[in-house]
Amino acid sequence: MLEVNIHKLKLKNPVMTASGTFGYGEEFADFIDIDRLGGIIVKGTTGSHREGNPYPRMAETPSGMLNAVGLQNVGVDAFCENIYPRIRNFGTNVIVNVSGSSIDEYCETAEKMNALDDIPAIELNISCPNVKKGGMGFGTSPEMAEQVVKAVRKVYDKTLIVKLTPNVTSIVDIAKAAEAAGADSVSLINTLLGMAVDVERRKPVLSTITGGLSGAAVKPVAVRMVWQVSKAVGIPVIGLGGISSAEDALEFIMAGATAIQIGTANFIDPQITIKVIDGIADYMNRHGIKDINDIRGII
Amino acid sequence: MKKYIDNFIIAEKRVCSSQYFVLVLKHPSKLPQVLPGQFVEVEVKGNKDVYLRRPISVHDVDVENNTLSLLVQIVGKGTTTLSMLKEGDSLSLVYPLGKGFSVEGENPLLVGGGCGLAPLLYAARCYSQKGVRPDVLLGGRTADLIPIKDEFKPFANVFFATEDGSLGEKGLVTQHPVFLSSHDRIVACGPNPMMKAVARYANEKDIACEVSLENSMACGIGACLCCVADTDKGHKCVCKEGPVFDAKDLTKWSQN
Repeated sequence: MLEVNIHKLKLKNPVMTASGTFGYGEEFADFIDIDRLGGIIVKGTTGSHREGNPYPRMAETPSGMLNAVGLQNVGVDAFCENIYPRIRNFGTNVIVNVSGSSIDEYCETAEKMNALDDIPAIELNISCPNVKKGGMGFGTSPEMAEQVVKAVRKVYDKTLIVKLTPNVTSIVDIAKAAEAAGADSVSLINTLLGMAVDVERRKPVLSTITGGLSGAAVKPVAVRMVWQVSKAVGIPVIGLGGISSAEDALEFIMAGATAIQIGTANFIDPQITIKVIDGIADYMNRHGIKDINDIRGII
Repeated sequence: MKKYIDNFIIAEKRVCSSQYFVLVLKHPSKLPQVLPGQFVEVEVKGNKDVYLRRPISVHDVDVENNTLSLLVQIVGKGTTTLSMLKEGDSLSLVYPLGKGFSVEGENPLLVGGGCGLAPLLYAARCYSQKGVRPDVLLGGRTADLIPIKDEFKPFANVFFATEDGSLGEKGLVTQHPVFLSSHDRIVACGPNPMMKAVARYANEKDIACEVSLENSMACGIGACLCCVADTDKGHKCVCKEGPVFDAKDLTKWSQN
């Protein structure tokens, strides 16, 4: 059995897609049956339309990439009006990643999401490294994290997932603060702050100089943090960071993750999510495991 | 247009020069429709420093043989690794991607610079299938940097411009006298300074103009928003809303 629960959310399997790597799901519909996924987390959505950062926004790095997209998105009203009607009938959990520059903006967007019948959960992004105001600022201090989660909790009564940044001294303290403020789940890790230099041009590769590192390179850091956080909190942990195979996903699950998200690997193999689901089922068959929940947190 | 992921077999590899090679890739069964100006995302295997696929424009399509070909310039780690592939090797492609050329106009001029001429061969073939024989202007710093020359001749009137005068007119492509003939559409693909100059010229003369932009990409399908171009309508993904853009939407870009 592959089913897992994140608070009130029932997932047919633990495999979801990471925000910002899967568009609104539609982009991948030619390659996979979206309905087979445990859930999809769609693009980070803010209170109003954002153009994002200037080009170049991407740098390939060893076993990974840096991005500095900067939350380019259509804004919550255009999402509700134009995009939601197109994706609400996917046969999987459609979860919206919510971001903002102020507590008011987070709350306003969360409140609008609360009214959408077919969005059963939001992922509160207090960890984006690529915006000047807000974003990661809310996720680097336990007090700030608690404030924003508490405020959103008041206006949002469905499943509230809080996405954490690894760019902190103690991610456990931030996770505990989010739990105390009413989060139903935490997802981790967002990207690691990084930088690349083009030595021929003697300039940073990214227009913003620094950006967020993702891909296989970050996986061991993510597994370690998932293990630490899952030992310290009572709410379900969603693990992500460099997952590109069933074995990677199982590492996170054994380290304590109830569900996992696949991000950058979608760019290399747009069918990777299905391969990971099938690979987990195959692993369970080979090892005589009846319920995926039986191997969660065994480390 | 439906997108696919398939393993192609390298049916033929032609080395054009030390910098350029052509891969003719055979589809495992029936090649789906691919439009001129569209591109593919190629998986690069066997180099631990290459993590992402590489976007490469479709150079030509042979419907009867179910092949598509890529003209590749060796510019970095990814293309260097691809240059080591041999006939018979397999290559994973995500395709066909992006918005291609309109193939409109009765008297078009196709302008290509360096590796930017790659998608113009298939475009010229498609024009010719519509009964239109386009003018094709190919440019480069030197004759060696124009990777293919004769292949256009069955479909097009071909002109050359080189900065050192080693082939055709001496100077930049935009200084070539073919621009003096009347064209009802210009299609350009090449280095940014060349495309900007062509776009400015076309916009000033009010000639319909399409330019095919190049940016480094991650996903290739409009999901990650990494490859944006700064258009007059805001940031647009080169991979999904391009790579072919209407020059009228690039007035700001073409001035910079």
